[in-house]
Amino acid sequence: MSKFIKDRTPQIVTIGEDQHELACEKKSVAGSVSQRACVFCGSRVVLYPIADALHVVHGPIGCAAYTWDIRGAMSSGPQLHRLSFSTDLREKDVVFGGEKKLYSALTELIEAYKPKAVFVFSTCIVGVIGDDVEAVCRQLTKETGVEVLPVMSEGFKGTKKDGYKAACDALMKLVGTDNEYVPPKYSINILGDFNLAGELWILSEYYKKIGVEIIACLTGDGRVQQVRRSHKASLNVVQCSGSMMHVAREMEKEYGIPYKKVSYFGIEDMSDALYEVAQHFNDPELMANARALVSEEIAKLIPALQPYREKLEGKKAAIYVGGAFKAISLVKALRLLGMKTVVVGSQTGNKDDYNLLSKICDKGTVIVDDSNPNELSDFVKKTGADLFIGGVKERPIAYKLGLGFCDHNHERKEALAGYVGMLNFAKEVYASVCSPVWKFIKR
Amino acid sequence: MADKIPVLKERKNFVATRNACKVCSPLGGSVAYKGIKGCVPVIHGGQGCATYIRRYLISHYKEPVDIASSNFSEESTIFGGEGNLSLAIQNVIAQYNPEVVGVCTTCLSETIGDDIGQALRNYKAKNADDASIPEFVYSSTPSYQGSHVDGFHETVAAITKTFATKVEMNDKVNIFPGFISTEDLRMLKSILEDFGIDYIMVPDYSETLDNPVWDTYHRIPDGGTSVEDLKLMGGAKASIEFGPILNRGNLAGRIKNNNLAVTGAEYLEKEFGVKKFTINIPVGITQSDELFQLLSDISGKDVPTKYKMERGRLIDAYADGHKYVFGKKAVVYGEEDLVVAMTGFLDEIGIEVILAASGGNSGILKQKIEECAPVHGKTIEVLSDLDYEKINELCIDMKPDILIGNSKGYYIARELGIPLVRVGFPIHDRMGGSRLKHVAYTGAQELFDKIGNALIEYKQEKSEIGWKYM
Repeated sequence: MSKFIKDRTPQIVTIGEDQHELACEKKSVAGSVSQRACVFCGSRVVLYPIADALHVVHGPIGCAAYTWDIRGAMSSGPQLHRLSFSTDLREKDVVFGGEKKLYSALTELIEAYKPKAVFVFSTCIVGVIGDDVEAVCRQLTKETGVEVLPVMSEGFKGTKKDGYKAACDALMKLVGTDNEYVPPKYSINILGDFNLAGELWILSEYYKKIGVEIIACLTGDGRVQQVRRSHKASLNVVQCSGSMMHVAREMEKEYGIPYKKVSYFGIEDMSDALYEVAQHFNDPELMANARALVSEEIAKLIPALQPYREKLEGKKAAIYVGGAFKAISLVKALRLLGMKTVVVGSQTGNKDDYNLLSKICDKGTVIVDDSNPNELSDFVKKTGADLFIGGVKERPIAYKLGLGFCDHNHERKEALAGYVGMLNFAKEVYASVCSPVWKFIKR
Repeated sequence: MADKIPVLKERKNFVATRNACKVCSPLGGSVAYKGIKGCVPVIHGGQGCATYIRRYLISHYKEPVDIASSNFSEESTIFGGEGNLSLAIQNVIAQYNPEVVGVCTTCLSETIGDDIGQALRNYKAKNADDASIPEFVYSSTPSYQGSHVDGFHETVAAITKTFATKVEMNDKVNIFPGFISTEDLRMLKSILEDFGIDYIMVPDYSETLDNPVWDTYHRIPDGGTSVEDLKLMGGAKASIEFGPILNRGNLAGRIKNNNLAVTGAEYLEKEFGVKKFTINIPVGITQSDELFQLLSDISGKDVPTKYKMERGRLIDAYADGHKYVFGKKAVVYGEEDLVVAMTGFLDEIGIEVILAASGGNSGILKQKIEECAPVHGKTIEVLSDLDYEKINELCIDMKPDILIGNSKGYYIARELGIPLVRVGFPIHDRMGGSRLKHVAYTGAQELFDKIGNALIEYKQEKSEIGWKYM
């Protein structure tokens, strides 16, 4: 029995040992037990945080049930997004078509819940039975006056990334529909933050301090109205580049709004995110504010991190997350804690991300795209990792083998962005890596 | 401040399902396959199906749960998925070297009409010389038919039909425990062993979904019922199945009640004359007594003293705690057979179930509830094909004292400010979901203490003085 699937070899590189360039942006190999989900998943997670919209999954029950209240995306107001609506298609609907059911389901829900907009997600089966979801949405928009937006997210039509694009396409139909709004002097949109554990609120506080207002966040603590007026911002600041780059590019094309890619994890990247925005507006006062904020935060943070660094110095970490851009920040953040990254991978990274990763990581580090439990468990074992950073599906791999674990996925309950997030991150890593329970497990 | 999750003032029935009180069929199928030794489940559909199901199961079991996907693309959707399925099987064999590959279908592969049986025969024919070819089994589990429990029992039936053959009579007893916790399965196994019964449990995921820690990663976790054992089922002296409903009803949403659905035990009785005994999931005294009586009859042995003592202690606990639970109003929700068993138990301790709700839709839930709950059975509101928002709205009007069901109902209990006692599946917001005890006297003991204490704690917290004695 071969150790791994042969077709996957191009997607695994050990720095300093393998010569080939890491292959990525490929479909998952059948039977590989990929950690990826599907197109629908990509769309659902991106749009989910829009709290005053109705999110309706058109399909049999599974897709809606598995994504009910799935993200810790917090809303400061409405909570409509936390309900899971589905047309719950049955055999007869599959045979005779689900359009009528969709129409009456939506009519009732719009009347009862009075949403500001509706997203209708197509699932695999809808693509097969040929329901004209777009037509139903058009008709309902006309009848109810509420924007009903189809999200063409049939699961089999690509990967999670295609789902991001389908979500972006739906969002772009809302962007630019409120022209009355007069923006403040210095305004930005935050793209690709989902307000997990209230992270957006930390960031907006920072930006406010340096003198910049956020018009819309796509989509954390999201509101339909904000999306409608988001084209009035002067700059798009894009995090989690995988999911939101499409909107950033489209808004640049249609409304001439430039964008900057940033990350809010770790001191370096967080500070850069503030400086880049300040620099964009070319106002010395903004820059001075940014400098003051950064130095104040760092002066507090560095000594606070010190005790954790002392405990964690020299420990090794494995990272497997959704997007590789986040992984880059994590490598740097771990370094700040004196930790070395020995395995790093992602579900949906692109060439640029992986190139950068191979530059900033040390010799012997394994870089992997679209991995699976067999590979990941082998890599952490082989490299002697002490910590695994990932999501729900990676957690049991870590614990089973006696490694610490840090949840950096959408279920996290601790804010990890910003300076305070860096401290939370250190605390969480410390709490897991230095727990006395590991002494009972042979590694 | 953030708003509350919206609840409608006006009560009406919706076409849409709002917060489903069920998940989909291939999830149950995958759990059933996990109960076969050396088995890797393959979900024949989109990549998301396998990943979502893994995530859902991992959050409950806190264990690695590897389920492969045939990863449909646009091409396979148009031209058929056989190529993808055979590639998936090939890669699963290469990675896992399984003894069995269990295939679940999905809404996608069923709708395009893939013939899994033929695909598997083709695969075997093509690889006839390869000694490493595992056994295959497949079940029809489209998401648009029934719920995860239907998928579970359809798969149990498929496993039985696939492996059971005409063999010589043996001394074994087939046990179909249904979808109960891994701790329940372990307790049940000890009971069988104490009766000296040689059993074949279908499925037995007590170890595969509840492992100890590992030095090295196990690609397939240890445990499960072996194919050799499964092949002996046809010669067993009896079959015991837990749950009067299983996949017997008209699976929700099926165009017609074709009555073709048979359970594993029904099939063995029909094909091989293995006597079938159907009992409720044994929760509480009455329902557990049935189990112990049955085991005593089958084994010809008296109930071991250990269990007589457990029973005695349980009744003693009932006596000590009866006042704290009597007359309290409960809402019970979840899978149909679990709702029946829990209602039977609550009825015998003096709790009035005011609503028994399930996302399942067998059509026979009401009848089974009436049978198991002699005190309140006739007046219990029994509702099938229900979702959580409907339960939520009903609760606001019915004002129960306690909720009993899986963790997904927490938001309802939180809003009502009443306790939720977590039972069944899934338990996503607490540790130890897989270690919950429900069955036999020890299971009832744990449930009784939990429910009683939840009610006492509620009263204690609301009281002005917070007394120090019960």
